[in-house]
Amino acid sequence: MSFMTKDTTVNILIAGVGGQGTVLASKILGHVAMAAGFDVKQSEIHGMSQRGGSVVTHVRYGKKIYSPLVAAGNADVIMAFEELEALRYLPYLKKEGLLIVNQQQMLPMPVIAGNAEYPKNVVEEVTAMGVKVKAASASALAMEQGDARAANVVLLGILARHLDFPMELWQDAIRHTVKEKLIDMNLRAFEVGCNQ
Amino acid sequence: MDKYELLSGNEAIARGAYEAGVKVAAAYPGTPSTEILENIAQYDRIQSQWAPNEKVALEVCIGASIAGARALAAMKHVGVNVAADPLLTFSYTGVNGGMVLVSADDPEMHSSQNEQDNRYYGMIAKIPVLEPSDSQEAKDFTMEALQLSEQFDTPVILRTTTRVNHSKSLVEIGAPQEIVVKDYEKNPSKYVMTPANAKGRHSVVEARRKALTEFAGQTGLNRIEMGDRTLGFITSGISYQYLKEIMPGASFLKLGLLWPLNEKLIKDFAAQVDRIMVVEELEPVLETQIKAMGIAVTGKDLIPREGELSEEILRRVLGAPSFEKPYASAQKLPVRPPILCPGCSHRGIYYTLKKMGLHVSGDIGCYALGSAPPFGCIDTTICMGASISGAFGMELARGEDFARKCVAVIGDSTFFHSGITGLVDLVYNKGIGTVLILDNSITAMTGHQDNPGTGKDIKGMPAPQISIEKLVESVGVQRIQIVDPFDLKHCEQVLKEELEASEVSVIIVRRPCALYVRLKKPAFTVDAAACIGCKACLKLGCPALSVKDGKAQIDPLVCVGCGLCPQVCPKKAMGEAGELHD
Repeated sequence: MSFMTKDTTVNILIAGVGGQGTVLASKILGHVAMAAGFDVKQSEIHGMSQRGGSVVTHVRYGKKIYSPLVAAGNADVIMAFEELEALRYLPYLKKEGLLIVNQQQMLPMPVIAGNAEYPKNVVEEVTAMGVKVKAASASALAMEQGDARAANVVLLGILARHLDFPMELWQDAIRHTVKEKLIDMNLRAFEVGCNQ
Repeated sequence: MDKYELLSGNEAIARGAYEAGVKVAAAYPGTPSTEILENIAQYDRIQSQWAPNEKVALEVCIGASIAGARALAAMKHVGVNVAADPLLTFSYTGVNGGMVLVSADDPEMHSSQNEQDNRYYGMIAKIPVLEPSDSQEAKDFTMEALQLSEQFDTPVILRTTTRVNHSKSLVEIGAPQEIVVKDYEKNPSKYVMTPANAKGRHSVVEARRKALTEFAGQTGLNRIEMGDRTLGFITSGISYQYLKEIMPGASFLKLGLLWPLNEKLIKDFAAQVDRIMVVEELEPVLETQIKAMGIAVTGKDLIPREGELSEEILRRVLGAPSFEKPYASAQKLPVRPPILCPGCSHRGIYYTLKKMGLHVSGDIGCYALGSAPPFGCIDTTICMGASISGAFGMELARGEDFARKCVAVIGDSTFFHSGITGLVDLVYNKGIGTVLILDNSITAMTGHQDNPGTGKDIKGMPAPQISIEKLVESVGVQRIQIVDPFDLKHCEQVLKEELEASEVSVIIVRRPCALYVRLKKPAFTVDAAACIGCKACLKLGCPALSVKDGKAQIDPLVCVGCGLCPQVCPKKAMGEAGELHD
């Protein structure tokens, strides 16, 4: 998949659970798109919803972008940091879109309290629908590089394979965005993602 | 300088303040406005501060303006209610140095208790309201607002919404102007609002309204984009962006100055198109004024008055094709509401309040999550500071027996904001209420801002630390106890003692926010042989705890070892890994 034609708009949704690092991932992605010469808009929500709630960041880039939000049914890529959140935002994906999903399950309070059930066989369900899926255990892969919290950068590595931006732009954006002592670990985590 | 950066609306407002030579900036944190002052604080030449509340923040900026400096105050929409008293009279005095008040509204209530439309404040205060629709405009309009403020001798509201505050787009970075502090001369007829002086100033305000109305017909803040003449939109802010996404070829009157409106500008636009739709989030502020000019428009008859607008909603309204949504899960998806974090200092106290079956008069902060399952123990949440005074009202209505089954809960930052006066009232008017000050030693909900109790200022530098216990003592509270919310037994015992007392009690529940000062304890584990699957531990509402196949389990990646679960387990089945198996 290549999105590099200057006339098209690319819509990416990053979904996860508050505290998983979705905001940092969108920051890196936005930086890359800007460095590549695109108009960029992105939107996220701060505050109460961050406290372990469902969170989503919208990233759009192209020749000229008006709305900072991806419309439902118009996402080229959904990058989900958690399986339930992948299903929750699935209606945003367009027919030929790509779902990148971290194979991690974080139980929401209604499930913990026994009032609801966590969905079953998430990757199987979306695959059976005909969705293009790339599933990975990003948290485990990040752990191998030294910190499970770098799962967001592993997922960006997977995304990078599908976006055709030059690798140097990604590496520059990571250097520009993460804390200095974490740069090397994050660059390794990114490479692991690229190789998935 | 030709340099672009990807900035949020809030970062852009901060940049605008810097480039326009603002010297003084003050705020109380509140989503979605918080990052404005956090970013301004990074510019050394600006005197920035967290004020204890929005009224104080605005008053500091009023003083700075009258003394000749450019100033900016930032707050969330409900914060403007707190600051409304000085704002409405500052309209009469006018400014010396330019002064902008950023009102960050929160349609959809992503992190708020109501979705009031603060554009009305422009009308009630008779001061101009500017609304940007992206980050570039957020910067430009901040600078323009300061300039207008001086030109028309008026404070100016820069009204934003969450989608502009928290969306990022490209912003051209410019060179900063020099900070200029204008001459200050004592001028009582302008700045001392006794009735005689205020009468004179009211006439000035009316003349200013007329001058601003003229200006609204000429300024580039309002822009006509002529396209297809069958439909013209009058719109502003984020709604403009959604419409451009759907119908880029339509005709637009894009308003940047929302009050006052210029009748001729709107009539000229109306004459050029077949029909007009006014597209605005929340209240029909523009629509009502435009209809009063005798111009036929559609608007709130089609467009929702509640919540945010979106591309999808507007596609439906306009009859434009919506995107097909080819995929949806067939499974029932559980919701994922926000929750108290692992290791949260509020968990233990809500467990205890629920166990004791008490009424809880609540307040604004992370601890409002005590209203959610499994606690569900908060009776009321109204506004900043209402917990103590509200509980006293309940005591007056229902008597002392009720007061012995009721507590007020308020955070440290909220107590400094507006809880102190409620406590003064409770003492002065001889109540017997019990107040819990949940002191996690930071303003947590908005992302860990310092406050008068933390010992640091906005730049992270050491600052005088105001003692909650001394403050409480000084207003006449005799019964003050300090407890650790992780010691459940002690919390319950102290609560019982203080609820029984026939005078005001304050219990300071003290432990740092778990996200700010992280616990470095190993995760706990469950002894499966000891666990009887009674689910008593689930009453803690801890995201690390669940019960699977009749046994409790602890997620080691989530658990921070706070030590609450062994205290509620009847079989003491939880403990640190070593403790259980050695």
